[in-house]
Formats: sequence, structure tokens, C-alpha cells
Amino acid sequence: MPATTDIVRLIVNGDRHEVGVPTHFTLLETLRYVIGLTGSKQGCDKGDCGACTVIVDGEPTLSCLMPVWEAEGRQVTTVEGLATAAGPHALQDCFDLNGAAQCGFCTPGILCSAAVLLTRNPSPSREEIQEALSGNLCRCTGYSKIYDAVEAAGRRLLDAAEAP
Amino acid sequence: MLRLPEFEYHRPTSLSDAVGLMGELSGNAMYIAGGTDLVPNMKHGLFEPRHLIALKGVSELKGIREDGAFLRIGGAETLTAVSQDLGVRTRFPALAEAAAHVAGPQLRNAGTIGGNVCLETRCTYYNQTAFWREALGYCLKKDGDVCHVTKVGKKCVAAHSADTPPVLMTLDAVVVLVGPRGEREVPIRDFFLADGISNTKRETTEILTEVRVPLAAAGRRQAYVKLRQRKSIDFPLLTVAIAAEMEADGTVGSIDGVVTALGSRPRVLTGWGEVAEGRKLDADVIEELAIRAHKQCHPLENITVDPEWRRAMVPVYVRRALARVTVD
Repeated sequence: MPATTDIVRLIVNGDRHEVGVPTHFTLLETLRYVIGLTGSKQGCDKGDCGACTVIVDGEPTLSCLMPVWEAEGRQVTTVEGLATAAGPHALQDCFDLNGAAQCGFCTPGILCSAAVLLTRNPSPSREEIQEALSGNLCRCTGYSKIYDAVEAAGRRLLDAAEAP
Repeated sequence: MLRLPEFEYHRPTSLSDAVGLMGELSGNAMYIAGGTDLVPNMKHGLFEPRHLIALKGVSELKGIREDGAFLRIGGAETLTAVSQDLGVRTRFPALAEAAAHVAGPQLRNAGTIGGNVCLETRCTYYNQTAFWREALGYCLKKDGDVCHVTKVGKKCVAAHSADTPPVLMTLDAVVVLVGPRGEREVPIRDFFLADGISNTKRETTEILTEVRVPLAAAGRRQAYVKLRQRKSIDFPLLTVAIAAEMEADGTVGSIDGVVTALGSRPRVLTGWGEVAEGRKLDADVIEELAIRAHKQCHPLENITVDPEWRRAMVPVYVRRALARVTVD
């Protein structure tokens, strides 16, 4: 018997999507396999690793645990939505400049968690950065360069806000 | 990749609709709030309901407010909301801290206080994929008839692994359950059962709608400490919650200690009153309480990490918690 399907209405990175999905799909499965946004990663797929982190209504959210229906009518931002036509997000640039990604699998989730942090607090302390990223596992870098990059991005956002 | 079994998703907006749906779909449905416990368990094939009834949109389950003699916390309030609420932080700091120590930030944004109180018990031999469990011949708690922890026992010893219940027990909180047969209140001290397969008095058709914490308990000095492998994400290997009524000079009027992550329900430490009441928490009293705690705790190989080491950590964490409630 084929799975029951239904139509879900999502707003992802500002784009409206109206797509048919099996009713048991998660937000992550819908993003990756229905809409085709594969930036959000399917890591542990059970809420441990944070690689699937997206931003839902301004909160870092594990898309692997969220039934897709819970995202209806809410603003979903994935790593693909961080950059603008003007260029990469300050975080993306600073991750590049600071060598904050190695294998890169955790990076989309970390960028989403860090983007929420910097929206709320562009000059976080080291401890606040650690707390904000404490739900994102990185097995390569040892985190130091990631924290450096988040600090640098925060400074850049502040400078941009203060620029005449 | 872990696939969910197929289900249909229902989103009632009122408590009566949610309970009504459960009646209609009876036997084939489960409630879901934050999903941080249920979704991984379903991906592991531990639950396969044909219908999920979502509680996040049920308005009656929202809100944290003082009302009469209680601070009332709606069952679907997130752990982030509980940990940041000013009323919780000022009156019940140990509860705020326990909520802030559950898992990681994203999980606390989704996971709820009701879900934490009703958290499924956990075991090395249970929280695994269906493939893994099949290879071992399944276990007592799910699909099998052997306990791989005790080898001989016919009783499931999966560990109660939630952070907030021990604190709520030291504060004499009450949980409110609503089901097809109406509403009932259960003191959280009586809520848990020593059965790893189903360790709460909540019936599967009932919703935990509210946690009521008596405002009278706000005067107690409170502490919560948690042992885990990493500072984030992990479930507890041991938690200790303590609340004590103390006079201004530090003399103990009453004291309660609860430990968990050892057996299937949180353990209320006994014999503490006779040691500490009427005395100050000096080094001798603290040592005596720590020894009593150690004698009463016997962890099993139900979760990761050597049970002997977890047992040895009991007095260490009891001392740390007691140090926090001591009046300088």
C-alpha cells in the first residue's frame, strides 16, 4: 500500500512551496528530497548531531525531528537562505577566511545556529558562542576556528551596522 | 538515514478535540508534542502508531503563570521557555537549571516540560535501531522476553533519564492529566513506577496538561547537579536534586534529596531528615548524607558508562549539591 500523501505549504528562504509529501515525512526529508534543498544535512537523523539545523521562526530547529506539518505557515530558513544577492553572509565569509570548516558536514547546521546567535547578539562572549553551538557536533576542527569565525562575523556585522 | 514508519498527522487546536481524536483512533494513536523523544524512538521502530495527535497547537497547554497557590506551567511549554521564564528562575532556580541542562539548545526549543516529565525510559539495549535489536534477539521492553542487563530478570530496568522530575519532586509539584475519563491530579512523587516498560501513571490516552509547583516551595534552598559525558546533548548518567527549608542561620528545617538516571524511577533518598534536621549543613552532616545516598544507590548496566563509577559519583554529586544549598 503506498504511503498516504498530502499537500504541505511551506515558506522556505522566502519562497512559497506547495508540494505533495508522504504524511510521515520530516521537514528535513521534505527539504532535501521533495524541494531539492540539500544544504541541510542528514547526519545522525535522530536529534543528536545538529547537522540538520534550520531556522524556524527565528529559532534553531532540528529539521530531522520536526514533522513537516509543524513547519506549515512558519518562516523556514536553511543554509541556502543565508546569502543574499549582494554576497555571502558574514558568517560564510568568515568561516572561509578562518578555515572554520574541514569536512564541512556540520557547517550548514552550525551556520544556522550561529546566524540566530548573531541576530540576537552580534558581540557574544566565547561562552555564549559555545552555548549557542552546543547542539552542533563537529568531529574535525576542535571548534576553536569555528568560534573565531563567529566572533569575526559578529564584528563585521557590527561594523556594517555602524558604517555611515 | 532513519526512516519513520508511516503515519497520519492530526493537529487539533483544543484539548477536547485532542482527547476526542484519541478516543476515535483508540489503540492506534499517540500524542506528540516536541517530538524530541518520540520521533527518534519511532525511527528506531520502538513505536509504530498509525496516527499522531499533535499537541503543539493546543492552546490550553500553553502559558506559565502564577495562579492561587501554584506556579502553573502548561504541558506544551518548551524547556527553553521554562528555563528562561522569570517566575521560574526567581522562585524555582533549580527547575530553571534542570530545564536548561536538558540535551542541547535545538532540542530544548522543541522539547516540552510535559514530554520531559513523561520521557520514555532509556537503555543500552532499547534505544537502538530495529536492525541492531533484532541482531541481539530483542529485549524485554520491546519485542523480546530477555533482559540483557540483568540476564535473568523478568522486570525491565531501563533508566528514568529526565532532568526536571527530580527537581519537581523536591518541590512537591503536582501533574495534571486529562483523558477520555476526565481530569485528575497526581503528586509527582507518586507519578513514577518501578517498571522500565511503562514507568508513569499516565495512561496512553491521557495528556499531561499542566505542572503545578506550589509557591510555598519557593522559599526552599534548591540545587540541581547533573553528571554526563559531555556538557551538552547527553542524557544524564546521574542527577541529584535537593531542596531544603533552612533558617537564616543555616539550620535545616527539612531536607529532600532525589537522584535519578539509575533505575526506572527517580529515587527519593531516605533517612536524610533524621541526620540533618535541626543541624547546620557542616562537613559532618554533608558526609553523613553523602554516605546514606551512596548506600541507597545501585546503578545497573542499563545505560552507557560503568555502573560502579556511576555509583562512586553519587556521594560526589550529593556533596556538590549540598554545597549549593548551604548557607554561608
